[in-house]
Amino acid sequence: MIENRPWLTVFSHVVLIAGILVVGFPLYVTFVASTRTLDDILTVPMPLLPGDQLWQNYSTVLGTGTTRGITSGPVARMMLNSLIVALAIAFGKIAISIIASFAIVFFRFPLRNFFFWMIFITLMLPVEVRIIPTFKVVADLGLINSYVGLTLPLIASATATFLFRQFFLTVPEELAEAARIDGAGPMRFFWDVVLPLSKTSIAALFVIQFIYGWNQYLWPLLITTDESMSTAVIGIKRMINTGDALTEWNLVMATAMLALLPPALVVMLMQRWFVRGLVETEK
Amino acid sequence: MEKRVVFRSAWLPYALVAPQIAITIVFFFWPAVQAGWYSFQLQDAFGERTQFVGFENYRALFADANYLQSFKTTALFSLLVAGAGIAISLLLAAMADRVMRGALAYRTLLIWPYAVAPAVAGVLWLFLFAPSIGIITFALRSLGIQWDWVLQGDQAMLLVVIAATWKQISYNFLFFLAGLQSIPRSLIEAAAIDGAGPSRRFWTIVFPLLSPTAFFLLVVNIVYAFFETFGVIDATTQGGPAGATQILVYKVYYDGVKAADLGGSSAQSVILMFIVIALTVVQFKFVERKVQY
Repeated sequence: MIENRPWLTVFSHVVLIAGILVVGFPLYVTFVASTRTLDDILTVPMPLLPGDQLWQNYSTVLGTGTTRGITSGPVARMMLNSLIVALAIAFGKIAISIIASFAIVFFRFPLRNFFFWMIFITLMLPVEVRIIPTFKVVADLGLINSYVGLTLPLIASATATFLFRQFFLTVPEELAEAARIDGAGPMRFFWDVVLPLSKTSIAALFVIQFIYGWNQYLWPLLITTDESMSTAVIGIKRMINTGDALTEWNLVMATAMLALLPPALVVMLMQRWFVRGLVETEK
Repeated sequence: MEKRVVFRSAWLPYALVAPQIAITIVFFFWPAVQAGWYSFQLQDAFGERTQFVGFENYRALFADANYLQSFKTTALFSLLVAGAGIAISLLLAAMADRVMRGALAYRTLLIWPYAVAPAVAGVLWLFLFAPSIGIITFALRSLGIQWDWVLQGDQAMLLVVIAATWKQISYNFLFFLAGLQSIPRSLIEAAAIDGAGPSRRFWTIVFPLLSPTAFFLLVVNIVYAFFETFGVIDATTQGGPAGATQILVYKVYYDGVKAADLGGSSAQSVILMFIVIALTVVQFKFVERKVQY
């Protein structure tokens, strides 16, 4: 603290608390709606205190999903799909990026720089700009409605490759030299030295990529036509009818809570890794 | 920077880069090339015959008032999202940097929206602003404001801007907070001893030192608004009413998937690729130089 200005400190706290309330308001209303009956929600204005339907709503969506108007299928299945997709994307990205950057940093071979630039350029080709042709490729490979189709096209990662490359460049050369003198081959060096040293980078990347995978929207929307392959984020969209009255908002809001809870918990509980991953992947 | 000590193997490095390169070629380069190829073709309604038409698809796009309108909509949308997001998070970060009591708790309670999927963020705000049952709609109505984004284009725009900004505040906040904490305390103390008050210190010392962070966030936020907000738009307004929230990415999707106009959608994809390349170049030039004053 530079100087003591009690009023300014009070003002700071007031602004922060106001910020937290505004940021948290949508979540609070969502939670309240997920504990009420549909009739409660359709009363204008809807009540702003939690009701007693929490167990009822959540067990309905997890077990059967919405049934009025649109049948969504059980949300438990969607949660499982989201989990599989998020884990596959996070582990896949980390695995293929760490070995690629290991090759690029610790070997000299023809086309090394060419490969590095190829990976770099993928930064400029987000899935949003090549929707139709990518969909066609995946359809031609027969990967529609499969976990492979949902994850494989998303696991190439320029940012993860960069991050590992930056980190490997800081690994002291003496370590590689010592390993070579002791007769360790490159893969032995990778498993016994590089991988243990990369633990913190891997943890930081995992948090970021898990959230990225869980929150995917456009790609699953194109690739899953079968409701049993739907992810939680897509599922919510499919539950909403045009016209407020037909939508079972209590169930939609319970699904929204379920869909945002896992990544939000990951961010808050693994805050240290999250902040680190966020800052490092942007370098 | 290069390593001097390296391993030697004729095949191992290729095997190690192979998975990444294979995915890159099959799912990135090949589709991008195909988008370029389709953009010069015209397909009939049943997709049976294709005809090479040169730049006809591009010419048609730039003659299309809807497409030009979509450019304007995207520009307005991304400027509003970036501007509002940066201003609000800078205020919060400056306050969080001041307080010592409860700093971690504040941070924890401000960063969780980062984890919310754009589409889910859209649904949360859609519910608050729903024309007949929304709680904010009710509040606005009792203040005498008629709220119905289903009919009013500018209200629909406001809705998607709020949802998209809300999700991005936490990201900006973290970067501003990190930027603020890296400013040497001695500079601020010296200014305080010279008699500069908090607001003067902020605008003459802190803010200029934060400008690289702010510029970086401006680019990142524009990229976010251009591409990652697809979920927000699709879950709420779906580009409506009458194209008022139809940003470029949404139009590529709509024309390609819903309207099955392969040539036109591919031409839009190619134009978007050039926009991403331009934005990436700007971002990297900046990151390389690390502007400091």
